[in-house]
Amino acid sequence: MGLAWKVTVTVILFALAAAAAVVLIVSLLGTPPTVDFTSQSPGAPINVSLQTVGSFGTGSHPTWVSYLVESPQGQWVHTTVFQVPQHTRVNVTIYQYDSGSPLRNQQLGQVTGTAANAATINGKAFRVIDSNSGNGIAHTFSIPALGINVPLYGNNANANLCGAAPCTSSSPHKVIRFSFTTPGPGNYRWQCFVPCGLGFLFGNGGPMSTLGYMGGFMKVVA
Amino acid sequence: MSDATAPAGAAPTSAGETPPDVPQDRAHHWWRLIAIWVVLCAILDPLYWFLAGPHIPPGTMTDTAQGAQFDFNVLLVIALPVLLGVWIYLVYALVTWRASRGGPDPVAGPFSRGHLGIQVGWILITSVVVLFLAGFGTYELVQPGGAGGGEGTSPIWTPTSKTILPIQVIGQQWKFTYRYPTFGGFETNQLVLPNDTTIEFNVTSLDVIHSFWAYQLGVKADANPDYNNVAYATTQQLGSFTVRCAELCGIWHGAMYNNGVVVSKDQFAAWARLTAVRLHKNTQLLPPYALTYTPDANGADGSYYPDTVDPYSHAEQYGATQPKGGG
Repeated sequence: MGLAWKVTVTVILFALAAAAAVVLIVSLLGTPPTVDFTSQSPGAPINVSLQTVGSFGTGSHPTWVSYLVESPQGQWVHTTVFQVPQHTRVNVTIYQYDSGSPLRNQQLGQVTGTAANAATINGKAFRVIDSNSGNGIAHTFSIPALGINVPLYGNNANANLCGAAPCTSSSPHKVIRFSFTTPGPGNYRWQCFVPCGLGFLFGNGGPMSTLGYMGGFMKVVA
Repeated sequence: MSDATAPAGAAPTSAGETPPDVPQDRAHHWWRLIAIWVVLCAILDPLYWFLAGPHIPPGTMTDTAQGAQFDFNVLLVIALPVLLGVWIYLVYALVTWRASRGGPDPVAGPFSRGHLGIQVGWILITSVVVLFLAGFGTYELVQPGGAGGGEGTSPIWTPTSKTILPIQVIGQQWKFTYRYPTFGGFETNQLVLPNDTTIEFNVTSLDVIHSFWAYQLGVKADANPDYNNVAYATTQQLGSFTVRCAELCGIWHGAMYNNGVVVSKDQFAAWARLTAVRLHKNTQLLPPYALTYTPDANGADGSYYPDTVDPYSHAEQYGATQPKGGG
């Protein structure tokens, strides 16, 4: 092999390695989009709608469970990052389309950190759900730094559940509502505490460990 | 016996001159170095001990934290003279023996020779320091009551207090919760401790390995699934402290922290009573208090969890009803 060939091969291999490194870094640094709720009327309560789906249905991980956020324009966005103003009441509505199971830790079966430490499910107030009865708990919406935890009651696993996001009200679902007041500026981690990463050790891999699926950030800005 | 301070054969220079470093000069340098070293040590060691020492982390919130602070201060007071010895010699050499601009070329000194007294003295001093630190460190590592470290299921070093408050620390991806078995077994996100009380932390996990690190309490114990890791500390100061997970445990490991607080005994009793009432409904749904729990069957949709190893095992399940005839 002549010198020209050696140089050419070396340059090509180096270029490929560099490209692979760039792709890897970009993919690792990539974050899901942020849904911005700060443009709503100043001082007025913010309405944030989320939905949970048992399998997202498309993309690189179609079988993964996921949250979605509805933008102020009414579009469902595959993300778990949303931005809200500081010291503002946030009214959360979660459309829960997944089935449930007993909790690994029933401590997560109680509502904490919300207004009056309460939430409603299909319009009925509740503070605690016994995850061992009925359909169990599908997911939780929890912001640990704020002490917020809301268990999301599951749907009957034998029903014809929605299998691809975004789900519509024609599929079996529960509607959970609660409110809280945002603190000062900062990025607040929120996540589901039900180990719902099907097929992963302890259920906490995959969608439980990937931004945009079962955990994300609530960005509070001034 | 040769003498390191004796001329012992001056090294000839390229010009055939005798080095200027005569024994009297060398003894003079040694005494000057020792004097500077003694004076600086006599000033800086007490200054550190009395001014900086009381503020060294992790503080004095518990006896174990105070023990850690004391150990660090002792080690630093011993290490400071060694550090000063090196620095003083370096600075002295730079100032005294540097080649001056425009001066004569540097010349070699006399040959180095062994000195039995110095050799024996060096070995003796360093041996005494190292052996003292080994004994001191070993003793401090186990007192009081295990020095705040996890001692496993059957602690060897236990506190002398007869009234001990047990608190269970439960690690899970990705937060800590706390059970108070002597107050009905309620489980909460808050870690509230009474002052002037010996605490027995029973640390376990519901999934992977975590580590309960209550920094200002001087307590650090691994949280392993199916294992009760016991650590002790006696509170002696009011205030808040930080709890962090100190074992890389997944994506939200860095966010796995919260704050605890040490309050007066009266405040603690009031808080415990109120919390027991407030959480009563959910406490009834928790499994009976146990030192470890097997969460195998309790994941979402149950059976994806690796059930091949003792799936519904000896340990008490946590939070969910075990399937009948499971396994």
